[in-house]
Amino acid sequence: MAPPPEPRRPYKRPAISDQQRRRELALQAQSARRADAQARARALASSLLTTPTPPAVTHCHEEEHAEEEQEQEHTVADVAAAASKLRGSDARRWFARQIMLPEWMVDAPPHLASDWHVFARPSGKRCLVVSSNGITISRVRNGSILHRFPSALPNGSKRDISGPASSYSILDCIFHEPDQTYYIIDMICWRGYSLYDCTAEFRFFWVNSKLTETSAGDPPSANHRYRFSAVPIYECTLEGLQAAYSGSTPYVKDGLLFYNKHAHYQAGITPLTLAWKDETCSQYVIDTDGKGEVPNEQHLVLELQEEGKLVTSDDPPVVFGSLDNEFIQKSNLRTGNLLRFAVRDESVRLVDGKMQTGELQLVGKPNRARAFADSHSKALFQYAARHAPLRIDDLIASIQSNNMELESTDVEMQD
Amino acid sequence: MSLDVTQVLLSAQSADGAIRKHAEESLKQFQEQNLPGFLLSLSSELANEEKPEESRRLAGLILKNALDAKEQHRKNELFQRWLALDAGAKQQIKGLLLQTLTSPVASARSTASQVIAKVAGIEIPQKQWPELIGSLLSSIHQVQPNIKQATLETLGYLCEEVSPDAVDQDQVNKILTAVVQGMNASEANSDVRLAATRALYNALGFAQVNFSNDMERDYIMRVVCEATQSPEVKIRQAAFECLVAISSTYYDKLAAYMQDIFNITAKAVRGDEESVALQAIEFWSSICDEEIDILDEYSSEFTADSDVPCYYFIKQALPALVPMLLETLLKQEEDQDLDEGAWNLAMAGGTCLGLVARTVGDDIVPLVMPFVEENITKSDWRQREAATYAFGSILEGPSADKLAPLVNVALNFMLTALTKDPSNHVKDTTAWTLGRIFEFLHGSALETPPIITAENCQQILTVLLHSMKDVPNVAEKACGALYFLAQGYVDAGSASPLSPFFQDIVQNLLMVTHREDAGESRLRTAAYETLNEVVRCSTEETAPIVMQLVPVIMMELHQTLEAEKLSTDEREKRSELQGLLCGCLQVIIQKLGGMESTKYSFLQYADQIMDLFLRVFACRNATVHEEAMLAIGALAYAAGPNFAKYMAQFYQYLEMGLQNFEEYQVCAITVGVVGDLCRALEDKILPFCDGIMTQLLKDLSSNQLHRSVKPPIFSCFGDIALAIGENFEKYLIYAMPMLQSAADLSAHTTATDDEMLDYTNQLRNGILEAYSGILQGFKSSPKTQLLMPYAPHILQFLDALYNGKDMDDTVMKTAIGVLGDLADTLGVHAGPLINQSTSSKAFLEECLASDDPLVKESADWASIAITRAVSG
Repeated sequence: MAPPPEPRRPYKRPAISDQQRRRELALQAQSARRADAQARARALASSLLTTPTPPAVTHCHEEEHAEEEQEQEHTVADVAAAASKLRGSDARRWFARQIMLPEWMVDAPPHLASDWHVFARPSGKRCLVVSSNGITISRVRNGSILHRFPSALPNGSKRDISGPASSYSILDCIFHEPDQTYYIIDMICWRGYSLYDCTAEFRFFWVNSKLTETSAGDPPSANHRYRFSAVPIYECTLEGLQAAYSGSTPYVKDGLLFYNKHAHYQAGITPLTLAWKDETCSQYVIDTDGKGEVPNEQHLVLELQEEGKLVTSDDPPVVFGSLDNEFIQKSNLRTGNLLRFAVRDESVRLVDGKMQTGELQLVGKPNRARAFADSHSKALFQYAARHAPLRIDDLIASIQSNNMELESTDVEMQD
Repeated sequence: MSLDVTQVLLSAQSADGAIRKHAEESLKQFQEQNLPGFLLSLSSELANEEKPEESRRLAGLILKNALDAKEQHRKNELFQRWLALDAGAKQQIKGLLLQTLTSPVASARSTASQVIAKVAGIEIPQKQWPELIGSLLSSIHQVQPNIKQATLETLGYLCEEVSPDAVDQDQVNKILTAVVQGMNASEANSDVRLAATRALYNALGFAQVNFSNDMERDYIMRVVCEATQSPEVKIRQAAFECLVAISSTYYDKLAAYMQDIFNITAKAVRGDEESVALQAIEFWSSICDEEIDILDEYSSEFTADSDVPCYYFIKQALPALVPMLLETLLKQEEDQDLDEGAWNLAMAGGTCLGLVARTVGDDIVPLVMPFVEENITKSDWRQREAATYAFGSILEGPSADKLAPLVNVALNFMLTALTKDPSNHVKDTTAWTLGRIFEFLHGSALETPPIITAENCQQILTVLLHSMKDVPNVAEKACGALYFLAQGYVDAGSASPLSPFFQDIVQNLLMVTHREDAGESRLRTAAYETLNEVVRCSTEETAPIVMQLVPVIMMELHQTLEAEKLSTDEREKRSELQGLLCGCLQVIIQKLGGMESTKYSFLQYADQIMDLFLRVFACRNATVHEEAMLAIGALAYAAGPNFAKYMAQFYQYLEMGLQNFEEYQVCAITVGVVGDLCRALEDKILPFCDGIMTQLLKDLSSNQLHRSVKPPIFSCFGDIALAIGENFEKYLIYAMPMLQSAADLSAHTTATDDEMLDYTNQLRNGILEAYSGILQGFKSSPKTQLLMPYAPHILQFLDALYNGKDMDDTVMKTAIGVLGDLADTLGVHAGPLINQSTSSKAFLEECLASDDPLVKESADWASIAITRAVSG
């Protein structure tokens, strides 16, 4: 049926209501003020550009600016210079403290799919790679130097120095022996620009875009001894998790790493990055002892502190027990020593998600390269791995239940 | 499924609420559990001749609702759901629907044809029901008139649902042939002829090609004109509706038929039933609309190459058209001014007369004035009212030179009539005419000697204030007249002639708002709107009186919050009143907050006002929400950084406003308020930015939100970035990709019509304002490098805009500004990029040579910044 045309014309009415007029006036005022704000911002800039100020003043201005820049470079350079002067264990400690360490995942965090990235951790040595002044140095987790080499990273070799030679790039990498490649898992600093305060999502984005700006991804050459490569990073959806877990990679996998998208780079242990592994995606699920064998009982590396307390590497540390003074004296132990203990399963109790051990049996000192005690979450993960591991199915189920939550709110919204 | 569908469908129409509810539940459950089964049983019900008419009709209605919805989001969902159904089930349903077209029961046929059209609307664009049109056309040749009628009706609905480009020309030709044959006088059955005429109305949009062919067009026009002479009133009305539609769709093809059409319409206006006569007048109103649009385009030099020429049909018809319209003015209904929905011959004729005046300008004056002079003093109120209305109608269009002498003579007469005429009807129209005089012939923009002088101003005010005590409909028009009287003095400076009477005016308006009968004829609304305009146009000398108004309006608002246990109706009335009061406060805030002399003392009230607004929000109603939101934007601007102390409490409502997809005006206003807040609070808005940005990003990705809100959201990104500077860093990864994809889209949109082009340019402007704010926000920050990765894309966007050649001056100004911002913020890093970009240089030169001072200013600045970046 043809719709009866409405009497669409206003009869003795103003064509526009006062409410509509108020709206329009408000919009006009807003855009005028936006223009003002823009103009102010620009005027500020353009007065710097154009005001025919006396040369002295301009000069002064520029000098100030230059000073400021120098100051900034100083801070970066100072830190680096100080670090380069450090020797031995001091250097090790300093570098070891710069690295961000994951907690072990003992429970799937909520909103995996929306808030987390996941990738397969390459098997190998975690290290910080620093390029500056024409040389590239990699240091493993305990701070000791792995390689000193020329690379195509910015200022990473004598051949291509660009910008201030002292401007640093610092990459968080895993060195993968079989293909002699540094896999970049994070970026801390690029050409002197700090990415500490950027979200993981952004840092990952920069890894990919910056890597392509240099030829650091090229095969090795005289001025570029090791290839650098980005790892494929996924959103932790079902598909992403599946890809990271069972997708093929050019490297041998050692578990999965989960990064909260919004987390900044933060030195030390953080619950915003999580490590997880099972037999499918890692060869080393259960810790081995000093001889590389899986012991019958779970081992724990703890640090001896004052009054004989035995603590984890967490901040604040978790106390797992204590040694009596007499024993310490007798065994010639000192505060700060790392000690390896065996834990009897039956003595372990879980209280409010914390692990408590009744009896700790000293097994000996750990490998000399160890710089830190185990973390609490690592102890828990190892305990779980021996008894009731968190399985890939649990992670999948967690993502699915989040999906369902999302869907169900959708339905509500429609009603 | 053992559900007795017939019984449930009948129960669903039961007078007993409980039974009805239960039946509706069962239907809903059935639909949710088994959609194909549900649709199938409904179509079987509709097709089944043994079932009662009521259950069949409801079955059809539910089917229709399962295929289409008003709301776009829901509509898409229903489309997808239908497309996903099992093909066999769809085939069966469609078969049953087509079968129903042959039913002897008229309502079943009619319902089925609507459902078929809905299915066609989904499937034909997907090329999924190719045989439908063919099979419908084959039944046109059926002997039984009821089948023929149902088929034509279906074709009509189909043309309404399906877009013309989804049907190929061959089928269009066949549809039109069938429809026009059905309309022909030789068609003996009037139901068939009516169905065909109504179908043509919908099919006109398909007839582009046919209307370009002289023979086919002649044939269609002849058949339509003949149908206006049918003995059946419904057919005559439907035929005139077709003529109205043709007048706007095929304006440029009408020259050859205008004489005939004039004769037909004049006959209908003078002698036919009102429903037909109204359509005949509408034809001329519609021609006026077309010519006003075309002439508007002619006068704006930028689009002088309008592709539709003006045929000046109205000008040519004028000598005959005007007398015909003047006659209609005398056919008023007794109480038409009291009935909001009234629409009759006199109203339509007067409205058309006003449009004619806008179309032809001065030429109408000599044709109307004799009628005015002859009738305005007659004893019959109809003649006096018609004369006044005729005079009021021609006040927009003709030049002030032509009108001013007439108005000078008429003004006194009008003022007297408004006080003394015994007829409310005449007083209503007189007050309206005074309003038109003030709207079009009063104000500093006019070059003619002023109509209102120090001498007559007081007299005018006395009459208007007096009339504000008259019956509601007259009082409402008097308020309207005062509104335009005040508006004319907006640029009067410090010595507004209204100032001496200001207190009086305000008091009288407040009295009107308190009238017991202020709810009638939207009198209260008119009084507040007039108060707003009086305040807006007031000057510094009356500021103390406006200041006194603050506690008065606050008290009124406070009183609305005291009422408890209101019925739904009362709640609605309260929220309307709150809207008016918040609107009034908004205007007062802008006025007093905008003058240095009053700002400080006004802000003493800020805490109390804000408290009231928050309480209004707590009442939760969308219209109030919007008005209070607007007022808060004004308050934030006036209060500046001090507004920060309200943020903790206000934030939840801000978020609520940003989430209001359904009432997009509310969302748009709230986005604007975010901008106000950014400028007021600057970096103090930072703690709220995570929430705001999240919401804005959600809004942008929503397909439910009205598109008009998206450009301001982009601009709002710029506002935020400018306020929080480098702290915007963490939003870059979210905002930039959105800006980039919107930029790509808007750069490569080929606008098919003006509305689309307009929107595209708004979108571009929003995106550019975002870039501008972000770039300036990062200026002088150590983090400017973060923007480098985005610079190439921004430059590509500017290149694309320049090469696209369809941006307006606003976009041009913003775009060249962004180029400057890029150079300014990124400095020497941007230099090489700008040098590489394909058209930066040409773009800048074009802007530097622009006639538009704003474009030029922006370009001058950009040029300095670029020179420095490139050379530095």
